[in-house]
Amino acid sequence: MNLANHIPILIIAIPLLAAFLVPLITRINKKSSGILTTLALSVSLLLTILLAVKILTVGPQVYVFGATSPSLVLPSGLKFPIRIMLEIDAMSIFMGLITAIVSFLGAVYSLSFTEKYDGVDKYYSLLLLLTVGMFGMELTGDIFNFFVFLEIASIASVALISFRGIDFGEPAEAGFKYMIVSSISALMVLFAIGIFYGQYDLLNFAALASVIKYSQLDKIALGLLIPVLAMKAGTVPMHMWTPDAYSEAPAPITMILVAASQASLYALFRVVFSLYNISLNALTVGWIIIIFGLLSMFIGVTMAIIQKDIKRLMAYHAISQTGYMLLGVGVGLAVLANPEALKNYGITAMEGGIFHIMNHAMYKGLLFLTAGALFFRTGTRDLNKMGGLAHYMKYTTIFFIIGAAAIAGLPPFNGFASKLLIYESVYKFNPLLSIIAMVVSILTLASFVKVFHSAFLGPKLPQFKEVKETPRSMIFAMAVLSCIIILFGLFPDLIVKNLVHPAVMSLIEQLQYTGTVMGGM
Amino acid sequence: MIGNLPYVAVVMFVGLGIYTLMFKRNLIKIAIGICLIENGVNLFLITLGYRKGAIAPIYTQAPSGQAMVLPTPQALTLTSIVIGIATTALILSVAMMIYKHYGTLDTEKVRRLRG
Repeated sequence: MNLANHIPILIIAIPLLAAFLVPLITRINKKSSGILTTLALSVSLLLTILLAVKILTVGPQVYVFGATSPSLVLPSGLKFPIRIMLEIDAMSIFMGLITAIVSFLGAVYSLSFTEKYDGVDKYYSLLLLLTVGMFGMELTGDIFNFFVFLEIASIASVALISFRGIDFGEPAEAGFKYMIVSSISALMVLFAIGIFYGQYDLLNFAALASVIKYSQLDKIALGLLIPVLAMKAGTVPMHMWTPDAYSEAPAPITMILVAASQASLYALFRVVFSLYNISLNALTVGWIIIIFGLLSMFIGVTMAIIQKDIKRLMAYHAISQTGYMLLGVGVGLAVLANPEALKNYGITAMEGGIFHIMNHAMYKGLLFLTAGALFFRTGTRDLNKMGGLAHYMKYTTIFFIIGAAAIAGLPPFNGFASKLLIYESVYKFNPLLSIIAMVVSILTLASFVKVFHSAFLGPKLPQFKEVKETPRSMIFAMAVLSCIIILFGLFPDLIVKNLVHPAVMSLIEQLQYTGTVMGGM
Repeated sequence: MIGNLPYVAVVMFVGLGIYTLMFKRNLIKIAIGICLIENGVNLFLITLGYRKGAIAPIYTQAPSGQAMVLPTPQALTLTSIVIGIATTALILSVAMMIYKHYGTLDTEKVRRLRG
């Protein structure tokens, strides 16, 4: 048995196994749950990097459950991609890398963050299950399998959001909202799966993509899928759950939740590009996505400015930044049927949008972690009660400045690189959209200047005399994210050329995706 | 016409569920609304695989030439039911926690998070 062939499934299986080992191990030794989680997720991260190198050099990989190759037919001679398989192309592994980095750092950060919690083993168990759900959503090539992993991710994240619901009312309230939202979206995804299966007898993404006709029923399925996946990604006008869930979850979970929302965003792009591609009316659907993006950008940032709760403010910024991704990719979709415009600015716009997904996961994660560090030491999230914390928490202050500069799109941080790509290319499509995006960026900077001023600057306050720098594991997680932000900001062309461009091309070129599975048949 | 009756039932289930979610204010009733939508979707999947006069898809016991119902939607439905149980249990347990802290299940009063 060659283990190297089984890397795709091991990425999912190792955290899944660890999720059920953690409560058992905790019976023997209370301290070991966090260490086991970190270990499992670091193995997952390592395997994801290995797989990424393989995919970017060799090409898309297919892993078939219970068979050696996708071309294997059933004993009756039926040639039918009925088997469940993982299909991993450059876009999937791009999202997989984000998930792996964010979940590993979330676990490291949790080592110190959860020391006051009861039932830490359940916390780590759920964290691992959430990671499994996200990996599954991103790597799977089977639409029903996608539904199952979507439900795993939502159930685990609800339980984590309302983890402190035993002691406080608000986390339970936020968890209830998110549960209703994710149940409805998962059920509508299942309904759309039923529509596909009723028409084509297929559940495989690639096989479906090769036969899809864009009939009336397919339009209904698309109409079900786009709003619910956008709702799970937290776009305006379906954003009501986002600020509640992000602000009430523990800080490392919030960071992972951001990546979980992006997994839904990935599914949206996968459906629109790989499943339908040019068979749909690209201009109309592209504009729908652009309008979702514009609303998210603008309403998100205007709501953020008036917030007093630091995590709620950041959550509204998360909505606003999701708008940039939708704007970039929406412009790419709108010109999909027009090869010249696609070559001129469409691909660049999509590169900006997709690159922004990774950048956002990194700097928003860092910002949520600094907010968690402030809450960990001061016990409050209210900006009016904070002040002068730069005197006590020097590292956290530096990390916050890096994160805030990156989200506002200041050079030389990574937010600047992706936002510049979006501005340039969207300007060629429609100048007004680009101007709105720039105004939103300025408002973002304004609101983070406010946070920085009210939390970190000012004289030493007597009630924070006991405040110390955060523990080492929390500093480690924040430092790694800061390094990634600065590296991506200094060498954006390297990342765009080697990681983002292949991801964009695998979305645009539908045949590349379907060919890997259907070619062997 | 009579063959389409299950689809009418699907629409009624999902419609009633969405009505419950939108206009009922009790958290338990909202959980019931989710269950109604779920039942509608499950019925939809089962109906897709049904053939009139067909038998259960067990190869070893089937008389040759007899039509069988499609097994895949049934497998999908079974998975979906199991997931549905987990979802409902979680919704109800979160509703219990809310009742413990707020003393009510009325959505108008469970509103500390706003703005």
